[in-house]
Amino acid sequence: MSLLIFFLLSCLKIAVVLAIFLGAVAYTVLLERKLVGRIQNRWGPTRVGPFGLWQPMADGLKLFLKEDLIPTGVYRPLYILAPMIALGCALISIAVIPFGARITWHGVDMFEVANVNIGLLVILGVTSVGVYGIALAGWSSNNKYSLLGALRASAQVISYELALGLSLVGVVLRAGSLNLRTIVGSQSAHGLLSWNVFGGFQFVAFFIYLMAAYAETNRAPFDLPEAETELTAGYHTEYSSMKFAMFFMAEYANMITVGCVATLLFFGGWTSPFGSLLPAFGGIFLQAIVPVFWFVFKVFCFLFLYIWVRGTLPRLRYDQLMGFGWKFLMPLAIANILATSLWLALRSA
Amino acid sequence: MAVPIAYYLVLSAILFSIGVGAFLIKRNIITVFMSIELMLNAVNLSFVAFAYQWHRVQGQIFVFFVMVVAAAEAVVGLAIIIAIFRSRSTLNVDQVNLMKL
Amino acid sequence: MHLVLFIFFGGLCVAGALNLLLQRHPINSALSLIVVMSSLAVLYLLLGAEFLAAAQVIVYSGAIMVLFTFVIMLLNAGKEERTHGSRAAYMVGIPGVAVLVSLLAFIFLSARSHLAQARLGEYVVSTSDLSKVLFRDLLLPFEVTSLLILIAILGAVALASREH
Repeated sequence: MSLLIFFLLSCLKIAVVLAIFLGAVAYTVLLERKLVGRIQNRWGPTRVGPFGLWQPMADGLKLFLKEDLIPTGVYRPLYILAPMIALGCALISIAVIPFGARITWHGVDMFEVANVNIGLLVILGVTSVGVYGIALAGWSSNNKYSLLGALRASAQVISYELALGLSLVGVVLRAGSLNLRTIVGSQSAHGLLSWNVFGGFQFVAFFIYLMAAYAETNRAPFDLPEAETELTAGYHTEYSSMKFAMFFMAEYANMITVGCVATLLFFGGWTSPFGSLLPAFGGIFLQAIVPVFWFVFKVFCFLFLYIWVRGTLPRLRYDQLMGFGWKFLMPLAIANILATSLWLALRSA
Repeated sequence: MAVPIAYYLVLSAILFSIGVGAFLIKRNIITVFMSIELMLNAVNLSFVAFAYQWHRVQGQIFVFFVMVVAAAEAVVGLAIIIAIFRSRSTLNVDQVNLMKL
Repeated sequence: MHLVLFIFFGGLCVAGALNLLLQRHPINSALSLIVVMSSLAVLYLLLGAEFLAAAQVIVYSGAIMVLFTFVIMLLNAGKEERTHGSRAAYMVGIPGVAVLVSLLAFIFLSARSHLAQARLGEYVVSTSDLSKVLFRDLLLPFEVTSLLILIAILGAVALASREH
């Protein structure tokens, strides 16, 4: 009986989280267009709805109703499978991300879909499998530009996966666990000061993580494989309508996941920066909801940073990009692991 | 509902045998290489099953080492395949039968 | 529950392995092998090896098979041709494999009463348990393995580079 309740509540949680996540993806597109517009001294979309707020609906409708072209020479099974892999992997990682304190109802955790002991490795694993979406899309498109763009993008992603994984080891060393709730719990002692980026001295790791994540999601200064002026459109040249929309949504979903992981690991997740200085006010309901607002606010700050960097910095050339990942970020991440383990060993000695 | 460890071992045996069959039957050198990876994975499964059986962690650590060795072997083997392809322009094992380049 | 999951993912493993055998184009074989590896990761989870399941997905499905896929894409490997060698392989291979699998299955199933029963959640190895043994008792093999990886990287770069 309890298994049935668990199953039904989990399905409900998944449906709600997915709906909110997909809405967030749609509105991140709008946020990007407006912010990049303001950086370039123009308004973003303002016509559709007040302040352009219905623009994502219009975009979604347009992409849905466009003609779905499948060129003749493509390798059909992979051509259709690749965007599904990309979007699927982008949406799976939200399952292990906790966005509020542990509050249970009928024995089921309310603010996390699945509390896995190896939560951080699940996110890394799903990112690794997401490479297939790009590689298979480029190869199956039967197009030289797509293949080149796909090869470059996949090589970039697998190179920066290393720096990404290594930069997270410092955080794991400090928390002593791969469970995301435990990692946030190790940062909740004194508010702002005990966050990993400040009190845990992981600012170098945060810096590495941010840059590796920008390269992983093929965005900001590392977006050569899909830049419109470079390789027509890289690996999604031959895609139209819903399949293109899937790649598009996968990219923004990955951005949001990166923001969530950065807040959980480096910025204390849902804990407030004031820690226990402010007295606890309001009832139980407010106590449960306020951490979620802190989490969403921090993720929003990360999205803002993402879009700000995109609008400001010029693109890196491909060899500069690869050299940066292998020759600078990876040794720096290893040095960070060494320094963190030395600090922890000396502290406990 | 419990699953006997013997069933996991039988599954491992089936996967290993299919790997051996693919190794003997396939003519494309990359597919032959993939069948070796399949055999290694089958052995990994039996290691994990026995780690459960005896409640020892060493079985799982051996799997870890097998994974690392398989990765190293895949890297070097694929580099060799690329070098062979460059000199003979074929990926068929039956046509790589002369020592002369 | 455990039995249902085992049969489903075990069946998926065997189906993927058979697909690897039967497909003519290597990219299809590569994709079936990815399915096999992911199903094996779930089977490791059923046996309580959570870190190994994650490592299987990250290392095997996410890195080694990506390498295979790249090589297949770059070398533009087409459909396999049937050459004269394959007839003999069929005649020896298929009966040989059948004998091998029946012998092994007979041995394992007759020892069924001597082996334990696996139950979900009974023996879950946490990452800290694994790392305690790996970095204390088995530190030397660990260091030797890292040396092995270094040698493999050097060998691969030397083999795959163009001669000037």
